[in-house]
Amino acid sequence: MTILIANKVGHKFGGLSAVTDFNLNLHYGELMGIIGPNGAGKTTVFNLITGVYQASEGSMRFKGIEIVGKRPNQIAALRIGRTFQNIRLFRELSVLDNVRIAHYAQANYGILEGLLHLGRYQKEEQRIINNSRYLLSIFKLEQVAGELAKNLPYGLQRRLEIARALAISPELLLLDEPAAGMNPHEIDQLMLLIQWIRQEFNLTILLIEHQMKLVMGICERIQVLDFGETLAVGTPDMIQNHSKVLEAYLGEVPGG
Amino acid sequence: MSVLLIKQWNSLLENDWLVPVLLTLGFGLSFAIPEYNLFSVYVQLIMMYIGINIILAVSLNLVNGYMGEFSLAHAGFMAVGAYSSVLLTMKVLPVADYPLLFPCAVFIGGVVAALLGMIIAVPSFKVRGDYLAIITLAFLMIVKSMIENIDFMGGPRGIPGIMKLTTMPWVFFWTATLVWIVRNFVFSKYGRAVMAIREDEIASDLMSVDTKKVKFFAFMLSSFCAGIAGALFAHLLQFISPRIFDITKSTDILIMVYLGGIASLGGSILGATIYTVLLEILRPSTMAALLSWLPSFMFDPLQAHLITHLGTWRMVIMPLALIMVMLYWPRGVMGLREFRGFIPRAHKQAHHHN
Repeated sequence: MTILIANKVGHKFGGLSAVTDFNLNLHYGELMGIIGPNGAGKTTVFNLITGVYQASEGSMRFKGIEIVGKRPNQIAALRIGRTFQNIRLFRELSVLDNVRIAHYAQANYGILEGLLHLGRYQKEEQRIINNSRYLLSIFKLEQVAGELAKNLPYGLQRRLEIARALAISPELLLLDEPAAGMNPHEIDQLMLLIQWIRQEFNLTILLIEHQMKLVMGICERIQVLDFGETLAVGTPDMIQNHSKVLEAYLGEVPGG
Repeated sequence: MSVLLIKQWNSLLENDWLVPVLLTLGFGLSFAIPEYNLFSVYVQLIMMYIGINIILAVSLNLVNGYMGEFSLAHAGFMAVGAYSSVLLTMKVLPVADYPLLFPCAVFIGGVVAALLGMIIAVPSFKVRGDYLAIITLAFLMIVKSMIENIDFMGGPRGIPGIMKLTTMPWVFFWTATLVWIVRNFVFSKYGRAVMAIREDEIASDLMSVDTKKVKFFAFMLSSFCAGIAGALFAHLLQFISPRIFDITKSTDILIMVYLGGIASLGGSILGATIYTVLLEILRPSTMAALLSWLPSFMFDPLQAHLITHLGTWRMVIMPLALIMVMLYWPRGVMGLREFRGFIPRAHKQAHHHN
């Protein structure tokens, strides 16, 4: 069963092709990685899936629903959550508010109830607070719930981004270089964490990563991009021995 | 020192019963003050202007402070509220016979302003920052020149002889109600979304926030409040003309917001009060009256050298004061903080570790 199918998706910046003929078959519950050299179009793929960019060609179906042409908030409300390569938290807001904001689409009350604090407002707000505190506790952030996000150290900001992405109750989670700037010990912890949240929240995970240790360690399948084109798709073992991949990363391999 | 004072103030406001008690007391006083002339008519007038300015500051803070945009259009929304309510009370509704039609006229003034607020909301989907500020400025100029060119609305000479329908209880009622509604908005998913848009619009979208809808609501609520303030203002001053609602009126509101503090309702209330009172104190006649208890050997030289020139100087002193505030308190007195009395209990507890 596939949760996300991308079919011949292409995107151009001006005359420049960022992604061409991108195909993806992501199965329910899978943990898949996208790798490729800098400028290969990995983040562009995430931006296309989440609706930040509109694909100029092709189609993408999430749980059978066409998502090309939908606005980013609609796609997020369909339960696709993501983090960012360069952290994009709501810096001047509290850690708790960062997580509460991501409950927007699920908060089941309207503008009048919001203006008057009547009806479903109290119950829903309490539910959001409880869920937010639960998510913060998973990431060991409950002690800093009242701090401004910008005041957190780098590592905690990374964790908060994942907590915030989980607040939209995603079925598909996109992680954009989650291990960036981490030391080997932190990467080990992150690998355990990713596998744990995948179980706990019943997630399908698609991640972009340069740290081969993480990609080869936890991904079940890997797709390699270069200059917007797919070079190879397969298991970590297959990718490690793929001649085209080695070429893209290391230059032409003599006799390869 | 000031931190200590704010802490004291906050712990006082922590009590759940305090805000309702103050509201009841204030509402009672708003009837008692004019009835028994507890203050002079002049002071009563200033008190009503403070109320109207609080509404304006809170309204502008929603856009400039919470959403992080820069609106210069608020004098325009005020004008829309003022003119539409005045046309109603003068030409349509028999207010003299049915006094309760006045709040209806004020409400309709706010609704008309809110509808025009949608016109500003639409460009805000595409344009941000300085460019949106210029669009709001253009909106203000359009409103002003439209009124100037429609004879039906008094043209450039304005409309004199408006009934004085704005009374202290009405000012108190509208101020309290609108501050309460804006506070509710701020402490709802919509208010949090407005702040998220200020911080990072794309990230907000990706966290499922319907940014277009939220901007619509925020601009409409903000212009609704400004329209109400305009309607109250018109029926207090008893005269309106397009010149009253020009860019200087917008800057007045801006000063109140930035003085009091961005993204803070308490700050807006403080800023509007301080600014209104300061402007009045710096009038020659007020200053002379305030210092009249001094013995004449002290009062006379002050009167000769300082007080008579205040009329000129106050337009220097106020901007200078604002520059000082911006230099030393870049976010205003209460920037990004809130009186704890305004924060709903569940939200207060949520930030504390159990």
